[in-house]
Amino acid sequence: MLKTEELQINIGPQHPSTHGVFRMIVTVDGETITDLKPVFGYLHRNHEQIAEQNTYLQNMPYTDRLDYFNSMANNQAYAMAIEKMVGIEVPERAEYLRVMMVELTRILNHAGALGFLINDMGMWQTQLAFGMREREKILDLFESASGARLMCNYFRFGGVVRDLPPDFIPRLKELLQAMPAFVDELERLLRENEILMQRAEGIGILPRDLALAYSVSGPVLRGSGIPYDVRKAEPYSVYDRFDFDVPVGTVGDVYDRFLVRIEEMRQSRRILEQVLEQLPDAQGGHINPKARQNVRPPVGDVYARIESPKGELGFYLVSDGSGKPYRYKVRAPSFINLTPLGDMCRGYKVADVVVILGSIDIVMGEVDR
Amino acid sequence: MPRLDAADLRERMARDLPGAVLEAVPLQVAAAPTHGPQPGAFLTSDTLVAPSRLVEAACYLRDLLGYAYLSDIAVVDYLADDLFELVYRFYHVEGGEGLTIKVRIPRDHPEVPSLTPAWPGANFHEREAFDLYGIVFVGHPFLRRIYMWDEFEGFPMRKDFPKQGDKYIGADE
Repeated sequence: MLKTEELQINIGPQHPSTHGVFRMIVTVDGETITDLKPVFGYLHRNHEQIAEQNTYLQNMPYTDRLDYFNSMANNQAYAMAIEKMVGIEVPERAEYLRVMMVELTRILNHAGALGFLINDMGMWQTQLAFGMREREKILDLFESASGARLMCNYFRFGGVVRDLPPDFIPRLKELLQAMPAFVDELERLLRENEILMQRAEGIGILPRDLALAYSVSGPVLRGSGIPYDVRKAEPYSVYDRFDFDVPVGTVGDVYDRFLVRIEEMRQSRRILEQVLEQLPDAQGGHINPKARQNVRPPVGDVYARIESPKGELGFYLVSDGSGKPYRYKVRAPSFINLTPLGDMCRGYKVADVVVILGSIDIVMGEVDR
Repeated sequence: MPRLDAADLRERMARDLPGAVLEAVPLQVAAAPTHGPQPGAFLTSDTLVAPSRLVEAACYLRDLLGYAYLSDIAVVDYLADDLFELVYRFYHVEGGEGLTIKVRIPRDHPEVPSLTPAWPGANFHEREAFDLYGIVFVGHPFLRRIYMWDEFEGFPMRKDFPKQGDKYIGADE
């Protein structure tokens, strides 16, 4: 047996597959990883303290900047926290509009995440372009509704800022009609792809009990076989009215997380179809006309959470009775999903690190806050 | 789905872990404003646990009640009351509302037992709390700053951290 020496190498902070500025100190024995320590904070701007200096409404566009892929989902969690605190009612139609936007966000996030993951495996650009093409169509819809493609700032306390433009619904229907072909195509690209199968199957296994102990959430948790989805576990908004499944994996490897995301896109499409069916009968307008935007919640604390595309996104707020939050805490899913990275990479090769990291699907704007 | 609320939890925990549950004292939250209406005191309805019994209480939630998912650890700096409050939130994997336990520790001696040996998922939460608030988690295997650089002095999320000026600017001159 050849005697080998352990070696420490640095991946990042500047690396194309770290999705931002993220550094990993990897200890290797030959090609095999024996330890991995994530180092981050390069984008830290103390989001939470800046938010304490803002009024409650000023924080609404600021939440867009957390997970800049999914600004609509961030808006929803924050709006829900304030509504719970102040006791604002949301009209039925506004709830449907919210669900519609967040489910569209889920589709665009997963399309992007899968594209980036295949990109990380070294199949440059082609598959990423497939995902980005779909994402563009949804971003165009967001632009027509909210005026912005990425930083939507579409939600308000008690509803959404404005109703849909007249051509939104026909365009959405068109998009949903074309979607199954795109998802099937993406799935074929992966299931019949030798490179991907070899690099994803049996890599980065996170067993079921470990996933729970590490408090991961979202597709990472479900990929490990735990059917936990906040939309089902603690239904919020109008999610109890829709019929959809929670896909789960079996082994908990990169491939399972991949499949879970593909299936979630199909389930989001199912929800959107039901939204389109039920939306014309929904009561009320796009916003509660009595809802004040310059809120002064009563003294107390509140926690509201949603199933964001990356996992459980929650806001913990403490009010001292003034117009600014006394404490504003974000439970960021990508941040917590990074905790088991060391355990997931141990025993695999250096080349697998980028694939495993890509399968967690992180956004540094949210990790570093 | 399990149906336990904050009052049930307090009752059960007081019964099964004698001495672990403390009586909640209302918090002032903030110093009284110079004008405008006085804010009311904040009396929490969640279970307040003695810091020394925290691990025991958390394991009780996980092993006996089945609330195995540690979702969040938040720290709040109640400067006017001279204490830090740590808010631990647990969920049941079968769904339903979560349960919260809170721990209050003095600001001048912020020490609390770490949950990381029992719950690996508490790791980054606790490192974040250490980095931004200076809470010392006794028993944490790797208690280092997570966002700020290692040489940084002070704890930026504390309410008494200066918000104007930066001592690092012009320090070299």
